[in-house]
Amino acid sequence: MNKLQIILSGIVRNNPTFVLVLGMCPTLGTTTSAENGMGMGLATMAVLIMSNLVISLVKNIIPDKVRIPAFIVIIASFVTIIQMLMQAFVPALYASLGVFIPLIVVNCIILGRAEAFASKNNAFDSVLDGIGIGLGFTLSLTIIGAVREILGGGSIFGYPLGIGDYTPLIFVLAPGAFLVLGYLMVLFNKLAKK
Amino acid sequence: MKSSLLNMTAVLFGITLVASAGVGVVNMITVEPIAAAEAAAKTEALNKVLPAFDATVSEVVTVDEMPVTVYTATQSGQTVGYAVETLSKQGFGGPVSLMVGFTPAGGVVNVNVLKQTETPGLGTKMADEDNSLIRSIKGQQLAQKKLVDGKLAVTKDGGDVDALTAATISSRAYVDAINRAWMAFRSVSTGEEPADAASGATQVAEPEAQEGGQNE
Repeated sequence: MNKLQIILSGIVRNNPTFVLVLGMCPTLGTTTSAENGMGMGLATMAVLIMSNLVISLVKNIIPDKVRIPAFIVIIASFVTIIQMLMQAFVPALYASLGVFIPLIVVNCIILGRAEAFASKNNAFDSVLDGIGIGLGFTLSLTIIGAVREILGGGSIFGYPLGIGDYTPLIFVLAPGAFLVLGYLMVLFNKLAKK
Repeated sequence: MKSSLLNMTAVLFGITLVASAGVGVVNMITVEPIAAAEAAAKTEALNKVLPAFDATVSEVVTVDEMPVTVYTATQSGQTVGYAVETLSKQGFGGPVSLMVGFTPAGGVVNVNVLKQTETPGLGTKMADEDNSLIRSIKGQQLAQKKLVDGKLAVTKDGGDVDALTAATISSRAYVDAINRAWMAFRSVSTGEEPADAASGATQVAEPEAQEGGQNE
């Protein structure tokens, strides 16, 4: 497979949110604003690239029956390491993203890509897949977060748009997450089919 | 790779060993920077709510069975203010944690929201630079506010703190945390038990307020 295609497929054809419909819990929970969505996406991407790399390197020594626990241990270790590094060296970033980091362990995109891609492909392609899927996830979450923030809060990335305080709040609350996700999914698949 | 008891055990053991060693090493590297970063964050929070100071002494007071930390700030030996790290469990989305600064006379210098998980766009406004809650108490003597049972209260509950629009629960949590800070401040600055301080400041201390102030 063409190297560029691996990355592009993660963004469009295998978009984790709108096509594979994986990782719905963080998607619905963290997209209350564009900034939160983007933060969750980037943190997930960092873990995904590292876990894809390591899993593709060790795939040949892991017996089939214990591959899932082995993957989980690798993923959880990376998440813990990233959390500690962020807390130590970029405390400002940690203050805004800290709550999302432990959630990455239970994000099925990571385990899904370990199973579907990294355990069957070489290290370089797996890193590219991590970048592609990570970008796809980040873009999707940023778009959902932006739509919810504009409709529900009247601002974008924290900057007020000057449309007042009387925006329909429901878009920031949980029901709005389902509404926005559903309509964006329809729109995305309609556009991607062309 | 085919699975056998031996290779499954060996591989899982190996992976967990390497993973825990990795986490351990990173922990050793980061434990000091993390402590330094947390201390810096605390100092920054103190600077925001206090006048200039050069030393602080911290003391933990128990109010309503919750630990509240009081920092007594001094400038060349002179007490210049008190900062109280307080919390409330009545938030809409979890605990609300505040740092409240008092002058030695009992005026509120400033309030800094340390941690909150309220609804974005509603309760989160409590952390904004200028909001109706902070406007209602900043620079004022709490004892001279309109008190309900010796405590601050939002207008809806008969007090005179303006709640955030459409976020009454978050506002009540904020006010609850401020009340806790105030009780802790009075007990530390006067050296009295919190319950006595509460009744001393208000003539109409209800049983509830005294109960709330029980120490240890």
